[in-house]
Amino acid sequence: MQLLTQRKLVNRFALTLSLLAMSFGLVWLVWILWTTLDLGLVGLSWELFTKMTPPPGESGGLLNAIVGSIVLVGLATLLGTPIGVLSGIYIAEYGQHTWLGKTTRFVNDILLSAPSIVIGLFIYAVYVARVGKFSAISGVLALALIVIPVVVATTENMLKLIPATLREAAFALGAPKRAVILSVTLRAARAGVITGVLLAVARISGETAPLLFTALSNQFWSLDLNEPMANLPVTIFKFAMSPFADWQRIAWAGVFLITASVLGLNIITRVLFRQKHKN
Amino acid sequence: MSSRSLIGGRRDIGDIIFFNVTRLFALLSLLLMAGIIVALAIGAWPAILKFGTRFLVTQEWNPPAEQFGALVPIYGTIVTSLVALIIAVPVSFGIALFLTELSPVWLRRPLGIAIELLAAIPSIVYGMWGLLIFAPIFAQYGQPFLTATLGHIPFLGALFAGPPLGIGILAAGIILAIMIIPFIASVMRDVFDVTPAMLKESAYGVGSTTWEVVWNVVLPYTKVGVIGGIMLGLGRALGETMAVTFVIGNTNLISGISLYAPGTSITATLANEFAEATPGLYTAALMELGLILFVITLAVLVFSKLLLLRLARQEGTKT
Repeated sequence: MQLLTQRKLVNRFALTLSLLAMSFGLVWLVWILWTTLDLGLVGLSWELFTKMTPPPGESGGLLNAIVGSIVLVGLATLLGTPIGVLSGIYIAEYGQHTWLGKTTRFVNDILLSAPSIVIGLFIYAVYVARVGKFSAISGVLALALIVIPVVVATTENMLKLIPATLREAAFALGAPKRAVILSVTLRAARAGVITGVLLAVARISGETAPLLFTALSNQFWSLDLNEPMANLPVTIFKFAMSPFADWQRIAWAGVFLITASVLGLNIITRVLFRQKHKN
Repeated sequence: MSSRSLIGGRRDIGDIIFFNVTRLFALLSLLLMAGIIVALAIGAWPAILKFGTRFLVTQEWNPPAEQFGALVPIYGTIVTSLVALIIAVPVSFGIALFLTELSPVWLRRPLGIAIELLAAIPSIVYGMWGLLIFAPIFAQYGQPFLTATLGHIPFLGALFAGPPLGIGILAAGIILAIMIIPFIASVMRDVFDVTPAMLKESAYGVGSTTWEVVWNVVLPYTKVGVIGGIMLGLGRALGETMAVTFVIGNTNLISGISLYAPGTSITATLANEFAEATPGLYTAALMELGLILFVITLAVLVFSKLLLLRLARQEGTKT
């Protein structure tokens, strides 16, 4: 009887610890989000979206950084998505049992978790060092390399979910394989693929490390792809590390913008995808 | 299903072109991996030639004198990642246990998403929050508390000695832990979920408590996957850049074994110095740091992936 009590006690103790662990995880989430809201909303103002990043001691906004980030993320997504979708198609539709298909899937999973700063170093070595200067293009290349594995992984997974009967029906009508893939399976998997792209956008919107030695940053307005381009993450890094109060205030506002858009994208994709699967 | 190349359907020139285009892009991601290693190795070559293995074991990092030793950043990377694992593994286990066995079903999904959102928060947000919000509070309350408690344990106490600065190796480790908890917890949850219900029900049937089922049945059954998840977290921790750069203190010095001391990591050194480094030996030394980081994380991630694949296969044969 005593043994039973003891076992029950151990059980109760372990489950309490598990509850504490869950709360431990949630506390950080709430704390970080609260800080972001609390300090970020203070800095939100009309100026934030209409003025350039200021020199220390002056008022200003984040216009050039916001636009720069949109340009970098947009171009990187445009560049990375088709590459990712095509190689996802290969892995799922052609290469399931081939050496190349299996290896690519394995390597892709590794690249998903590879340190993003190394991607920045790679682009520096193969592009920036050759051209001799930091530029927006190199930032786009670095971010595109981060988009690709995310899109490959989701495309592959989504295509695999499409039932074989759908393909067989299309083949039976005499459709060539590329038509089956492009207008049947890929179309059926569309929602999932879009989810993957949105997740990739969310991922690169906050990436700082790969931009540090590629797009660098720019205090001024510039849309020239051959020049360094302002962007939110690197600007936040610079402003947050500075001792100036107004720079830090702007940095918090930037952190709020990034967090809101990244978490917003994440939640939207979950909702979208869930609805699709319910139907 | 027509997985073997072109079988199925009509086959024309368009098909062959499409097939080869997709294959080309699949090849591209393989080449990318090889390309990264080769490009970094070429960039690092002057430093590899000049310093050899001395690079790994010496401390001096002196750009003007062109003397480079990577011991301090390597030490910082390894120690912060270890601290992160020591905190994150038990917490993640608790979270996975909670989500699979304890939580009411309707709460599982929202709680799971909440934990996964922790992984979605950009690392720069962790960094800024860590430096400006967490570190001051940690210095005022957390570190004195740790010194007063853990600090009195023989040997271990030395880790918690010194002035409470807030920022430093310990703070970096704690923030890394928060960042990798979602990765480890979601792998653990997923592998716990694949444990056959029959196994668990048998254990419950002979009168086991929930804890005994998890510890004696679920955990042994999924241990390969659990280790895979931990390795995935380790891979993430090793390569994390911005959060660490903000809070580690950026000091190229190992001043004793106290975790309160500021330090630097491979990623923080790269983030702080690379853009301003002079071409030549300085850049090459930084490239070598990047190469070391990439090779280590690669090894850890490959190991993790192999373990997870093994679990998946094992599951495949048993059902």
